[in-house]
Amino acid sequence: MDTIVQVEGLCKTYGATVAVDEISFEVQEGEIFGMVGPNGAGKTTTIECIEGLRRPEGGSLRVLGLDPQADGYDLRARIGVQLQESSLPDRLKVWEALDLFASFYRRSVDWRSLLDQLGLADKCSAPFGKLSGGQKQRLFIALALLNDPELIFFDELTTGLDPQARRAMWDMVRDTRARGKTVFLTTHFMEEAERLCDRVAIMDHGHIVALDTPEQLIRSLGAESRVVFSIEGDFASESLSESLQVLATVSRVEHAGERVIVYGKGDTLVGEVVNALTSRGTRFRDLRTEQPTLEDVFLTLTGREMRD
Amino acid sequence: MRALWKLTLIGAKLYLREPVAAFFTIVYAPMMLILFGSIYGNTPSPLFGGRGTIDISVPAYIGLIIVTVGLMSVPIAVATRREAGVLRRYHATPLRPVIYLTADVLVYFGMTLLGVVFLILTGRIGYNVHFDGNWVSVLVGFSLGTLSFFAFGFLIAGLAPTARIAQTVGMVIAFPMMFLSGATIPLEVLPATVRELARLIPLTYVVTLLRGLWAGEAWSEHLTEVVVLVGLLVVGTAISAKTFRWE
Ligand SMILES: Nc1ncnc2c1ncn2[C@@H]1O[C@H](COP(=O)(O)OP(=O)(O)OP(=O)(O)O)[C@@H](O)[C@H]1O
Ligand SMILES: [Mg+2]
Repeated sequence: MDTIVQVEGLCKTYGATVAVDEISFEVQEGEIFGMVGPNGAGKTTTIECIEGLRRPEGGSLRVLGLDPQADGYDLRARIGVQLQESSLPDRLKVWEALDLFASFYRRSVDWRSLLDQLGLADKCSAPFGKLSGGQKQRLFIALALLNDPELIFFDELTTGLDPQARRAMWDMVRDTRARGKTVFLTTHFMEEAERLCDRVAIMDHGHIVALDTPEQLIRSLGAESRVVFSIEGDFASESLSESLQVLATVSRVEHAGERVIVYGKGDTLVGEVVNALTSRGTRFRDLRTEQPTLEDVFLTLTGREMRD
Repeated sequence: MRALWKLTLIGAKLYLREPVAAFFTIVYAPMMLILFGSIYGNTPSPLFGGRGTIDISVPAYIGLIIVTVGLMSVPIAVATRREAGVLRRYHATPLRPVIYLTADVLVYFGMTLLGVVFLILTGRIGYNVHFDGNWVSVLVGFSLGTLSFFAFGFLIAGLAPTARIAQTVGMVIAFPMMFLSGATIPLEVLPATVRELARLIPLTYVVTLLRGLWAGEAWSEHLTEVVVLVGLLVVGTAISAKTFRWE
């Protein structure tokens, strides 16, 4: 696989704000690369430097073999861009926008099929200003796909979309990759990053604090699973906690009223907890396990404890 | 080329969909003509060198349309689109700024011309306006005045940090100009002090040039106007090119 985006020591400051602080990473051809991080982490700044829309202060960038600053127009002919923030004239109709933007490219796909694909066909003649937030978002996604780009950037792909539209966008992104394209996206939804991305970079305060496949990120951080259940009646909290805590797989027990949460690692955690409860004769209900997710990784890496 | 054509076409459609801009560009000046025509008619007057009110109002109102489009429509539209993030969206494509700006100028030029055609037709049909000039000369003079005021408008949009400021500055400059340049009220009926003041106002040079060309005067009689307007065009274009930004 070829490297399609190469970032080395990228820096960008706005006055006294250091938005991106010497980050380096690569995006491989044909992958779905995700970037997550709290508000103000520097995701948009990074992505827009790569697109050639902002001028970095330092570092070197190579995108599709081009320099985004020097060869910006050539680059933007070959990439698709959905910006986190942009707009169109309120009185511009949906089909006019697509027809207009198609004229900026040497070749473009049929925008009517794009409208169908994005569920906007019935809004074809609606003015931009009268679209709902999610419809505008879908129109911008259509504009990003108009030139059948080799590399597509989605800055907050599914912000403002309803759950159904969100799933449809995931399918669309997977489909895009299946056609050999590369996708670079940012998101605030950990579930989205976990399900959709081949690799995820976690950004915080202008730095990349972790970069790996979602599974590897979860594993390497040793995030814990949880067993959650409710007990009935006679809750002798101290003794219950103690008898669970002695188990090798359990690291911590939390309880609030009838609700008990057991934290721990290892595949045998649930079995051991259930055994312990049964042998004590504690009656429990609503037992379920929660696997660690990217959300836990994200919180561990960017949460307050880490920051201060 | 296709991009230039589409941008121009869509730009014109969008301009005409904006009721206020469409009104002031196309309806306002003919309406004024009808208003003053119904009061004064077009009887020759010694005050205007033997011409009627309509004869001098038609070329003067061309200046009115030029200043309305150049200093009100242009700064508002340019700065608003930049502020709203429309230009950011264009920037994310291979579209070159020069194509975008050319299309924009073509749209505004076409709209101004449309307003002027309506104005002249109103004068012709309603009041049988006299024309003693040469159409090519008038068209050249019109183009010079129009483009230099567009440059002025782009300059305001380029220097103004926000759309609100661009709009305010455009209006604050445009309104006194309309009344002190002879565009609305002929300079001949204004006091001498106002006529002195008018010489400091760029629009006066547009109105004087167009009235002169309309009456069949030679370009050689209007070198001052040409110098002033070319100067405005050059300075305005240079500054707006320097200050152009996508966001
Ligand atoms: N145009 C700008 N001018 C000044 N400061 C800016 C500008 N753009 C971004 N910043 C600052 O740079 C930092 C990074 O912003 P950026 O938009 O890249 O973050 P982000 O990770 O995309 O955040 P979000 O999740 O909210 O979209 C922030 O502190 C922000 O205030
Ligand atoms: Mg962002």
